[in-house]
Amino acid sequence: MRFGDISQAVGHTPLVAVPRLSPPGCTIHLKLEGHNPTGSVKDRVAKYLIEEAERSGTLRPGQRIVEPTSGNTGIGLAAICRVKGHPLTCVLPENTSQERKQLLTLFGAELVFSPATEGSNGSVRVARELAEADPDAYMPFQYGNAANALSHYETTAPEIIADLPEVSAFVAGLGTGGSVTGVGRRLKRWNPDVKIYAAEPEYGDLVYGLRNLDEGYVPEVLDLEVLDSRIKVNSRKALQATRELAEVEGIFAGVSTGASLVVAQRVAARLPERAHIVAMSPDGGWKYLSTGAYAPGDLDELATAISGTLWA
Amino acid sequence: MATVRIPSVLRKHTDGVAKLTAEGGTVGEVLRAAAAAHPGLEEQLFDDGSVRGYINVYVDDEDIRYVSGLDSPVTPDSEVALMPAVAGGAPA
Repeated sequence: MRFGDISQAVGHTPLVAVPRLSPPGCTIHLKLEGHNPTGSVKDRVAKYLIEEAERSGTLRPGQRIVEPTSGNTGIGLAAICRVKGHPLTCVLPENTSQERKQLLTLFGAELVFSPATEGSNGSVRVARELAEADPDAYMPFQYGNAANALSHYETTAPEIIADLPEVSAFVAGLGTGGSVTGVGRRLKRWNPDVKIYAAEPEYGDLVYGLRNLDEGYVPEVLDLEVLDSRIKVNSRKALQATRELAEVEGIFAGVSTGASLVVAQRVAARLPERAHIVAMSPDGGWKYLSTGAYAPGDLDELATAISGTLWA
Repeated sequence: MATVRIPSVLRKHTDGVAKLTAEGGTVGEVLRAAAAAHPGLEEQLFDDGSVRGYINVYVDDEDIRYVSGLDSPVTPDSEVALMPAVAGGAPA
Protein backbone atom coordinates (compact mmCIF):
# COMPACT_ATOMS: atom_id res chain seq x y z
CA MET A 1 0.00 0.00 0.00
CA ARG A 2 1.35 3.39 -0.99
CA PHE A 3 0.06 6.84 0.01
CA GLY A 4 0.83 10.48 -0.86
CA ASP A 5 0.93 11.60 2.77
CA ILE A 6 -0.11 10.46 6.24
CA SER A 7 -3.67 11.83 5.99
CA GLN A 8 -4.35 9.41 3.13
CA ALA A 9 -3.13 6.39 5.11
CA VAL A 10 -6.07 6.48 7.55
CA GLY A 11 -8.34 3.42 7.79
CA HIS A 12 -8.21 -0.01 6.13
CA THR A 13 -7.41 -1.57 9.47
CA PRO A 14 -7.23 -5.34 10.07
CA LEU A 15 -10.28 -7.31 11.26
CA VAL A 16 -8.89 -10.09 13.43
CA ALA A 17 -10.83 -13.01 14.95
CA VAL A 18 -10.28 -13.90 18.61
CA PRO A 19 -11.44 -17.55 18.54
CA ARG A 20 -9.98 -18.42 21.96
CA LEU A 21 -12.04 -15.70 23.65
CA SER A 22 -15.25 -16.26 21.66
CA PRO A 23 -18.11 -18.12 23.40
CA PRO A 24 -18.99 -21.49 21.79
CA GLY A 25 -21.10 -21.11 18.65
CA CYS A 26 -19.98 -17.60 17.75
CA THR A 27 -16.90 -15.79 16.53
CA ILE A 28 -15.80 -12.41 17.85
CA HIS A 29 -13.61 -10.26 15.58
CA LEU A 30 -11.73 -7.14 16.62
CA LYS A 31 -11.43 -4.14 14.32
CA LEU A 32 -7.87 -3.13 15.22
CA GLU A 33 -7.95 0.65 14.93
CA GLY A 34 -4.57 0.92 16.65
CA HIS A 35 -3.20 0.31 13.15
CA ASN A 36 -4.11 3.85 12.07
CA PRO A 37 -1.29 6.40 11.54
CA THR A 38 -1.33 7.93 15.05
CA GLY A 39 -2.53 4.70 16.62
CA SER A 40 -6.26 5.14 17.12
CA VAL A 41 -9.70 5.15 15.56
CA LYS A 42 -9.76 8.92 16.05
CA ASP A 43 -7.58 9.37 12.98
CA ARG A 44 -10.71 8.64 10.95
CA VAL A 45 -12.67 11.26 12.90
CA ALA A 46 -9.89 13.86 12.78
CA LYS A 47 -9.54 13.50 9.02
CA TYR A 48 -13.30 13.89 8.49
CA LEU A 49 -13.62 16.83 10.89
CA ILE A 50 -10.97 18.72 8.91
CA GLU A 51 -11.84 17.62 5.39
CA GLU A 52 -15.61 18.11 5.77
CA ALA A 53 -15.05 21.64 7.11
CA GLU A 54 -12.65 22.37 4.24
CA ARG A 55 -15.14 21.01 1.71
CA SER A 56 -18.02 23.09 3.06
CA GLY A 57 -15.90 26.25 3.19
CA THR A 58 -16.28 26.56 6.98
CA LEU A 59 -12.53 26.10 7.32
CA ARG A 60 -10.21 28.26 5.23
CA PRO A 61 -6.64 27.30 4.28
CA GLY A 62 -4.28 28.01 7.16
CA GLN A 63 -7.10 28.79 9.62
CA ARG A 64 -6.52 27.97 13.30
CA ILE A 65 -8.38 25.03 14.89
CA VAL A 66 -9.34 24.88 18.57
CA GLU A 67 -10.61 21.63 20.08
CA PRO A 68 -11.15 20.38 23.65
CA THR A 69 -9.38 17.02 23.82
CA SER A 70 -6.66 15.38 25.83
CA GLY A 71 -6.97 12.09 24.10
CA ASN A 72 -6.78 10.30 20.81
CA THR A 73 -8.76 12.93 18.87
CA GLY A 74 -6.22 15.61 19.75
CA ILE A 75 -3.31 13.43 18.66
CA GLY A 76 -5.06 12.54 15.39
CA LEU A 77 -6.00 16.18 14.75
CA ALA A 78 -2.45 17.31 15.50
CA ALA A 79 -0.96 15.00 12.87
CA ILE A 80 -3.60 15.82 10.23
CA CYS A 81 -3.38 19.58 10.91
CA ARG A 82 0.37 19.37 10.45
CA VAL A 83 0.17 18.07 6.89
CA LYS A 84 -2.84 20.20 6.00
CA GLY A 85 -1.28 23.43 7.26
CA HIS A 86 -3.67 24.35 10.09
CA PRO A 87 -2.30 25.57 13.42
CA LEU A 88 -3.98 23.64 16.26
CA THR A 89 -4.80 24.58 19.85
CA CYS A 90 -5.79 21.67 22.10
CA VAL A 91 -7.54 22.46 25.38
CA LEU A 92 -6.88 19.74 27.92
CA PRO A 93 -7.21 19.16 31.66
CA GLU A 94 -3.95 20.11 33.38
CA ASN A 95 -3.57 16.57 34.77
CA THR A 96 -3.31 15.00 31.29
CA SER A 97 -0.48 12.44 31.16
CA GLN A 98 3.03 13.50 30.11
CA GLU A 99 3.10 11.13 27.15
CA ARG A 100 0.03 12.80 25.66
CA LYS A 101 1.31 16.32 26.22
CA GLN A 102 4.62 15.33 24.60
CA LEU A 103 2.94 13.76 21.57
CA LEU A 104 0.70 16.78 21.02
CA THR A 105 3.65 19.17 21.38
CA LEU A 106 5.78 17.07 19.04
CA PHE A 107 3.09 17.36 16.37
CA GLY A 108 3.20 21.12 16.81
CA ALA A 109 -0.04 21.68 18.71
CA GLU A 110 -0.37 24.54 21.15
CA LEU A 111 -1.58 23.37 24.57
CA VAL A 112 -3.99 25.31 26.78
CA PHE A 113 -4.82 23.83 30.17
CA SER A 114 -8.18 23.75 31.93
CA PRO A 115 -8.57 23.01 35.68
CA ALA A 116 -8.14 19.31 36.52
CA THR A 117 -11.10 19.49 38.89
CA GLU A 118 -13.47 20.35 36.02
CA GLY A 119 -12.52 17.28 33.98
CA SER A 120 -13.34 17.19 30.28
CA ASN A 121 -16.28 19.57 30.79
CA GLY A 122 -13.76 22.21 31.84
CA SER A 123 -11.87 21.72 28.58
CA VAL A 124 -15.09 22.18 26.62
CA ARG A 125 -15.83 25.40 28.51
CA VAL A 126 -12.35 26.86 27.99
CA ALA A 127 -12.24 25.85 24.30
CA ARG A 128 -15.62 27.53 23.72
CA GLU A 129 -14.37 30.71 25.38
CA LEU A 130 -11.21 30.69 23.22
CA ALA A 131 -13.17 30.06 20.02
CA GLU A 132 -15.66 32.84 20.81
CA ALA A 133 -12.91 35.32 21.62
CA ASP A 134 -11.09 34.61 18.35
CA PRO A 135 -13.28 34.99 15.27
CA ASP A 136 -10.50 33.43 13.24
CA ALA A 137 -10.59 30.14 15.16
CA TYR A 138 -12.65 27.14 14.08
CA MET A 139 -13.79 24.58 16.66
CA PRO A 140 -14.85 21.28 15.03
CA PHE A 141 -16.27 19.92 18.35
CA GLN A 142 -16.41 16.18 17.82
CA TYR A 143 -19.30 15.67 20.30
CA GLY A 144 -21.65 17.69 18.14
CA ASN A 145 -20.19 17.39 14.64
CA ALA A 146 -21.94 15.10 12.14
CA ALA A 147 -18.59 14.46 10.40
CA ASN A 148 -17.66 12.30 13.41
CA ALA A 149 -20.33 9.65 12.73
CA LEU A 150 -19.99 10.19 8.97
CA SER A 151 -16.36 9.02 9.10
CA HIS A 152 -17.57 5.68 10.44
CA TYR A 153 -20.56 5.54 8.08
CA GLU A 154 -18.34 6.06 5.05
CA THR A 155 -15.16 4.21 6.05
CA THR A 156 -15.32 1.92 9.11
CA ALA A 157 -18.63 0.22 8.27
CA PRO A 158 -17.92 -0.41 4.56
CA GLU A 159 -14.60 -1.99 5.55
CA ILE A 160 -16.44 -4.34 7.94
CA ILE A 161 -19.03 -5.25 5.29
CA ALA A 162 -16.31 -5.94 2.71
CA ASP A 163 -14.30 -8.14 5.08
CA LEU A 164 -17.18 -9.89 6.85
CA PRO A 165 -20.48 -9.75 4.91
CA GLU A 166 -22.02 -12.22 7.38
CA VAL A 167 -21.57 -9.81 10.33
CA SER A 168 -24.46 -10.20 12.80
CA ALA A 169 -23.58 -7.65 15.49
CA PHE A 170 -21.31 -4.71 16.22
CA VAL A 171 -20.08 -3.53 19.61
CA ALA A 172 -18.25 -0.30 20.37
CA GLY A 173 -17.51 1.81 23.39
CA LEU A 174 -19.56 4.89 24.13
CA GLY A 175 -17.56 8.10 24.14
CA THR A 176 -18.84 10.64 21.67
CA GLY A 177 -21.17 7.99 20.22
CA GLY A 178 -19.65 8.46 16.77
CA SER A 179 -18.69 4.86 16.08
CA VAL A 180 -21.91 3.16 17.25
CA THR A 181 -23.97 5.77 15.41
CA GLY A 182 -22.01 5.81 12.14
CA VAL A 183 -21.20 2.11 11.91
CA GLY A 184 -24.63 1.19 13.28
CA ARG A 185 -26.60 3.21 10.73
CA ARG A 186 -24.59 1.83 7.81
CA LEU A 187 -24.69 -1.80 8.95
CA LYS A 188 -28.45 -1.62 9.59
CA ARG A 189 -29.06 -0.04 6.20
CA TRP A 190 -27.13 -2.92 4.67
CA ASN A 191 -28.84 -5.60 6.80
CA PRO A 192 -31.62 -4.55 9.18
CA ASP A 193 -31.05 -7.70 11.26
CA VAL A 194 -27.61 -6.55 12.42
CA LYS A 195 -27.61 -5.71 16.14
CA ILE A 196 -25.72 -2.74 17.58
CA TYR A 197 -24.49 -2.70 21.18
CA ALA A 198 -22.75 0.02 23.13
CA ALA A 199 -20.21 -0.76 25.84
CA GLU A 200 -20.45 2.07 28.33
CA PRO A 201 -17.47 2.75 30.56
CA GLU A 202 -18.39 2.79 34.23
CA TYR A 203 -16.15 5.43 35.70
CA GLY A 204 -14.94 5.38 39.26
CA ASP A 205 -16.61 7.53 41.91
CA LEU A 206 -13.67 9.87 41.54
CA VAL A 207 -14.69 10.79 38.00
CA TYR A 208 -18.42 11.07 38.70
CA GLY A 209 -17.61 13.12 41.78
CA LEU A 210 -16.10 15.81 39.56
CA ARG A 211 -19.36 16.37 37.78
CA ASN A 212 -22.70 17.79 38.75
CA LEU A 213 -25.84 16.01 37.65
CA ASP A 214 -26.93 18.79 35.35
CA GLU A 215 -23.62 18.50 33.51
CA GLY A 216 -24.45 15.00 32.30
CA TYR A 217 -25.70 15.10 28.78
CA VAL A 218 -26.10 12.93 25.72
CA PRO A 219 -23.68 13.98 22.97
CA GLU A 220 -25.51 15.26 19.91
CA VAL A 221 -23.59 12.82 17.73
CA LEU A 222 -25.06 9.81 19.54
CA ASP A 223 -28.23 8.35 18.00
CA LEU A 224 -29.82 6.29 20.77
CA GLU A 225 -32.32 4.84 18.28
CA VAL A 226 -29.62 2.87 16.49
CA LEU A 227 -28.70 0.94 19.64
CA ASP A 228 -30.19 -2.44 20.48
CA SER A 229 -28.78 -2.17 23.95
CA ARG A 230 -26.27 -0.40 26.12
CA ILE A 231 -24.30 -2.31 28.73
CA LYS A 232 -21.93 -0.80 31.24
CA VAL A 233 -18.57 -2.36 32.02
CA ASN A 234 -16.53 -1.51 35.08
CA SER A 235 -12.78 -0.95 35.02
CA ARG A 236 -11.99 -4.30 36.59
CA LYS A 237 -13.87 -6.35 33.99
CA ALA A 238 -12.51 -4.25 31.13
CA LEU A 239 -8.98 -4.53 32.44
CA GLN A 240 -9.27 -8.28 32.93
CA ALA A 241 -10.52 -8.80 29.36
CA THR A 242 -7.80 -6.49 27.99
CA ARG A 243 -5.08 -8.43 29.74
CA GLU A 244 -6.58 -11.74 28.58
CA LEU A 245 -6.42 -10.46 25.01
CA ALA A 246 -2.65 -10.15 25.33
CA GLU A 247 -2.22 -13.37 27.27
CA VAL A 248 -4.49 -15.59 25.14
CA GLU A 249 -4.72 -13.97 21.70
CA GLY A 250 -1.46 -12.01 21.52
CA ILE A 251 -3.26 -8.69 21.05
CA PHE A 252 -2.04 -5.64 22.98
CA ALA A 253 -4.98 -3.26 23.15
CA GLY A 254 -6.23 -0.30 25.18
CA VAL A 255 -8.74 -0.89 27.96
CA SER A 256 -11.76 0.26 25.91
CA THR A 257 -11.15 -2.81 23.74
CA GLY A 258 -11.57 -5.04 26.77
CA ALA A 259 -14.89 -3.33 27.55
CA SER A 260 -16.21 -4.01 24.03
CA LEU A 261 -15.01 -7.61 24.26
CA VAL A 262 -16.90 -8.11 27.55
CA VAL A 263 -20.11 -6.88 25.92
CA ALA A 264 -19.53 -9.00 22.80
CA GLN A 265 -19.14 -12.09 25.00
CA ARG A 266 -22.30 -11.23 26.93
CA VAL A 267 -24.60 -10.60 23.95
CA ALA A 268 -23.38 -13.70 22.07
CA ALA A 269 -26.09 -15.77 23.76
CA ARG A 270 -28.83 -13.54 22.26
CA LEU A 271 -27.63 -13.94 18.69
CA PRO A 272 -28.35 -16.73 16.22
CA GLU A 273 -26.07 -19.77 16.05
CA ARG A 274 -22.71 -19.13 14.28
CA ALA A 275 -23.02 -15.39 14.79
CA HIS A 276 -20.12 -13.14 13.80
CA ILE A 277 -19.65 -10.22 16.19
CA VAL A 278 -17.36 -7.30 15.39
CA ALA A 279 -16.02 -5.46 18.43
CA MET A 280 -14.24 -2.15 18.08
CA SER A 281 -10.66 -1.96 19.33
CA PRO A 282 -10.13 1.84 19.38
CA ASP A 283 -6.41 1.76 20.12
CA GLY A 284 -3.42 -0.24 21.28
CA GLY A 285 -2.15 -0.26 24.84
CA TRP A 286 0.95 1.85 24.28
CA LYS A 287 -0.42 5.15 25.55
CA TYR A 288 -1.63 3.51 28.78
CA LEU A 289 1.56 1.71 29.84
CA SER A 290 2.39 4.45 32.32
CA THR A 291 -0.99 4.02 34.04
CA GLY A 292 0.14 0.63 35.33
CA ALA A 293 -2.77 -1.16 33.63
CA TYR A 294 -0.48 -3.84 32.24
CA ALA A 295 1.84 -4.23 35.21
CA PRO A 296 1.85 -7.45 37.25
CA GLY A 297 -0.28 -7.26 40.34
CA ASP A 298 -3.71 -7.78 41.89
CA LEU A 299 -6.43 -6.93 39.40
CA ASP A 300 -8.75 -5.32 41.96
CA GLU A 301 -6.03 -3.04 43.27
CA LEU A 302 -4.92 -2.10 39.77
CA ALA A 303 -8.47 -1.37 38.66
CA THR A 304 -9.12 0.84 41.68
CA ALA A 305 -5.82 2.67 41.30
CA ILE A 306 -6.37 3.53 37.68
CA SER A 307 -10.17 3.75 37.30
CA GLY A 308 -10.01 7.50 36.81
CA THR A 309 -7.41 7.42 34.08
CA LEU A 310 -8.25 4.44 31.91
CA TRP A 311 -11.00 5.53 29.60
CA ALA A 312 -9.83 7.85 26.91
CA MET B 1 -33.68 -8.03 48.14
CA ALA B 2 -32.11 -6.31 45.19
CA THR B 3 -29.12 -4.03 45.62
CA VAL B 4 -29.41 -0.39 44.53
CA ARG B 5 -26.20 1.50 43.80
CA ILE B 6 -26.35 5.21 44.48
CA PRO B 7 -23.93 7.56 42.67
CA SER B 8 -21.91 9.97 44.79
CA VAL B 9 -23.96 12.98 43.66
CA LEU B 10 -27.15 11.45 45.14
CA ARG B 11 -25.67 10.20 48.41
CA LYS B 12 -26.64 13.34 50.27
CA HIS B 13 -30.16 11.91 50.07
CA THR B 14 -29.11 8.50 51.45
CA ASP B 15 -27.03 9.63 54.45
CA GLY B 16 -23.89 8.96 52.43
CA VAL B 17 -24.76 5.31 51.74
CA ALA B 18 -23.52 3.96 48.37
CA LYS B 19 -25.45 0.67 48.35
CA LEU B 20 -29.02 0.17 49.52
CA THR B 21 -31.25 -2.88 49.43
CA ALA B 22 -34.88 -2.66 48.39
CA GLU B 23 -37.76 -5.04 47.68
CA GLY B 24 -39.44 -5.38 44.33
CA GLY B 25 -39.99 -7.57 41.31
CA THR B 26 -39.34 -4.80 38.79
CA VAL B 27 -36.88 -1.92 38.55
CA GLY B 28 -39.75 0.53 39.15
CA GLU B 29 -40.87 -1.25 42.33
CA VAL B 30 -37.30 -1.38 43.65
CA LEU B 31 -36.69 2.31 42.97
CA ARG B 32 -39.98 3.37 44.52
CA ALA B 33 -39.16 1.30 47.62
CA ALA B 34 -35.74 2.97 47.80
CA ALA B 35 -37.30 6.42 47.37
CA ALA B 36 -39.87 5.67 50.09
CA ALA B 37 -37.04 4.91 52.51
CA HIS B 38 -35.05 8.00 51.43
CA PRO B 39 -37.58 10.70 50.51
CA GLY B 40 -34.96 13.06 49.03
CA LEU B 41 -34.39 10.54 46.26
CA GLU B 42 -37.94 10.74 44.94
CA GLU B 43 -37.62 14.16 43.36
CA GLN B 44 -34.07 13.52 42.12
CA LEU B 45 -35.06 10.30 40.35
CA PHE B 46 -38.55 10.83 39.05
CA ASP B 47 -40.26 13.45 36.98
CA ASP B 48 -43.94 12.77 36.50
CA GLY B 49 -43.48 9.03 37.07
CA SER B 50 -40.56 8.59 34.65
CA VAL B 51 -36.89 8.52 35.46
CA ARG B 52 -35.22 11.85 34.76
CA GLY B 53 -33.22 12.05 31.53
CA TYR B 54 -29.89 12.82 33.15
CA ILE B 55 -29.94 9.60 35.13
CA ASN B 56 -29.26 6.26 33.51
CA VAL B 57 -30.71 3.21 35.25
CA TYR B 58 -29.14 -0.20 34.77
CA VAL B 59 -30.27 -3.63 35.85
CA ASP B 60 -27.33 -6.04 36.02
CA ASP B 61 -25.29 -3.56 33.94
CA GLU B 62 -27.86 -3.22 31.12
CA ASP B 63 -29.62 0.10 30.46
CA ILE B 64 -33.29 -0.47 31.32
CA ARG B 65 -34.39 1.58 28.27
CA TYR B 66 -33.32 -1.42 26.19
CA VAL B 67 -34.84 -4.04 28.52
CA SER B 68 -38.40 -3.13 29.60
CA GLY B 69 -37.93 0.25 31.21
CA LEU B 70 -39.24 0.49 34.78
CA ASP B 71 -40.99 -2.86 34.17
CA SER B 72 -37.64 -4.63 33.68
CA PRO B 73 -37.61 -7.72 35.90
CA VAL B 74 -35.43 -7.81 39.00
CA THR B 75 -34.35 -10.89 40.95
CA PRO B 76 -33.16 -10.85 44.58
CA ASP B 77 -29.59 -11.14 43.24
CA SER B 78 -29.96 -8.25 40.83
CA GLU B 79 -28.14 -4.97 41.08
CA VAL B 80 -29.99 -1.81 40.05
CA ALA B 81 -27.45 0.94 39.40
CA LEU B 82 -28.13 4.65 39.01
CA MET B 83 -25.49 6.56 37.09
CA PRO B 84 -25.30 10.18 36.02
CA ALA B 85 -25.18 10.44 32.23
CA VAL B 86 -21.56 11.22 31.38
CA ALA B 87 -20.16 11.90 27.94
CA GLY B 88 -16.71 11.37 26.58
CA GLY B 89 -13.41 10.32 28.05
CA ALA B 90 -12.20 10.58 31.60
CA PRO B 91 -10.16 13.60 32.67
CA ALA B 92 -6.95 11.60 32.25
